[in-house]
Amino acid sequence: MLAPAAHSTKPTATADAARGANQTATDRRVSSGSKLASMRDAIAELVRDGDTVAIEGFTHLISFAAGHEIIRQRRRDLTLCRLTPDLVYDQMVAAGVARKLVFSWLGNPGVGSLHAVRRATEGDADPRLELEEYSHFGMVARYTAGAMNLPFFPLRSYADTDLPVANPLIRPIASPYGDDTVYAVPPLRPDVAIIHAQRADAAGNTQVWGLLGCQKEAAFAAERVLVVVEELVDESVIRADPNRTILPGLVVDAVVVEPFGAHPSYAQGFYDRDNAFYIEWDAVSRDEAALNAWLGEWVHGVADRSEYVARMRERLSALRPSPAPSGSVDYGQYL
Amino acid sequence: MTGHDRGYSASEMMIVAAARALAGKRVCFVGVGLPNIAVNLARRTVAPDIELVYEAGVFGARPARLPLSIGDPTIVTGATAVTSMFELFGFYLQGGLIDVGFLGGAQIDWHGNLNTTVIGDYERPKTRLPGSGGACEIAQNAKQVFVIMRQSPRSFVRKLDFRTSTGARVSVVVTDKGVFHRRPEGTLHLDATHPGITLDEVRASMGWEPRLGEGELVTTAPPTAEELRLIREELDPQGAYTK
Repeated sequence: MLAPAAHSTKPTATADAARGANQTATDRRVSSGSKLASMRDAIAELVRDGDTVAIEGFTHLISFAAGHEIIRQRRRDLTLCRLTPDLVYDQMVAAGVARKLVFSWLGNPGVGSLHAVRRATEGDADPRLELEEYSHFGMVARYTAGAMNLPFFPLRSYADTDLPVANPLIRPIASPYGDDTVYAVPPLRPDVAIIHAQRADAAGNTQVWGLLGCQKEAAFAAERVLVVVEELVDESVIRADPNRTILPGLVVDAVVVEPFGAHPSYAQGFYDRDNAFYIEWDAVSRDEAALNAWLGEWVHGVADRSEYVARMRERLSALRPSPAPSGSVDYGQYL
Repeated sequence: MTGHDRGYSASEMMIVAAARALAGKRVCFVGVGLPNIAVNLARRTVAPDIELVYEAGVFGARPARLPLSIGDPTIVTGATAVTSMFELFGFYLQGGLIDVGFLGGAQIDWHGNLNTTVIGDYERPKTRLPGSGGACEIAQNAKQVFVIMRQSPRSFVRKLDFRTSTGARVSVVVTDKGVFHRRPEGTLHLDATHPGITLDEVRASMGWEPRLGEGELVTTAPPTAEELRLIREELDPQGAYTK
């Protein structure tokens, strides 16, 4: 079983610009003890049909393991949020778990298109996948507003563009202190944020290095938080380097240990991005039958991530980088 | 005569022209593909002090290999700083520290506005493109914007299907045919053609009549042997973007 949720009274889910000015502050209780869970149990408990789900991570640390388990458990009608939907959401859209995408850049980075998403959004696609689009900073600002319990976040993007026409939730506002006009975006409060990290302890204290994306913002904004890690460490490892902690266990509901759980995305210092996979995906994703066969083999055809990793062991081993350790700092002992 | 007959590709000419335009620039927001190679070439030639900033949250990157994606681990190792995306977009970009940002797109109009969102109607697009990413904020907040894109009547259009980013800060547009600059009145003017490219070829590859600059139309100096060596041996040894 999972540990009890560390926070409980947050208003539910998604953006609604009209709402939010008077939200109650979040009640986050400290819960101690182990939050370790299997991926199967964590997804079963934390992700529900109709939820707004954010599997975040900008190129780096994308939890494909969680995405695949959501597909295996046949969740439906999810609103999937990410700056860059990436292959993980192309796969989830193809598998039929999504009703809507909230995003800022919809492509296969460095390669081209997400073809399953395009099939679901172009021309007379039916059923049509709903899209709600922002810019990168707009999405980051939405999570930030959600995490800070603000009714909106102001930014200078969007002037002289068609984005506020395409998405009426992007709205111009006058500065209360002068003539300036800025644009507001509404808070994004996912039901669930799923974050992949290099390491955490059993209580969910989570450390990341390399690209930080907006995982911290997404997790603090979310009602429930699932952390997936390469490595489970003792609390003393976390406490020896507190500057590297992006999330305290306070906001984490479950910790799943899943080495290579971000493949074909990467984990800095653990394994490289599998660029060949991203390039190969283009042909798979273009062809609906090939995509279904891929899901059949690599998602439905494996019991869990460890079976995927076992079957791909050779390919994954080749992704290990040579070492480039950080210098260490001295925090000092103050008795 | 094509660039290939001359011993270099159209992409190499674009990279070199963009790199030269970075002379004296200090802080540059980099994209993947041609801009990435152009900025790294500038750092080895005309702008040795240039700082590479990546939207993924890196300042002062020193990529040891050509990144396929904008978030490759090679931009992290050895960088000056890794930041959250909130800091990168908020403090560095919107805060006004970026001298030049690079953009491209599926369509550009004669003001330098760009479309990377849809071809056709927004609700039922013929082609769904990636969307803004960081483009609309780079266009709004970098001091200057450089555009690199190939010319065709379908990409250089009178009217965009969707305006993803503003042309207000676009200063240079480098194409496979020549170099345009944006004038204070807000329109792009052709100031240079690449070696072997005629004005008629430029005209045939765009959807509006090119306005000429006030001076004489000049011919871009071809890539030097050293520029080509750097591109081929160090920056894109596989020829992924430069063939």
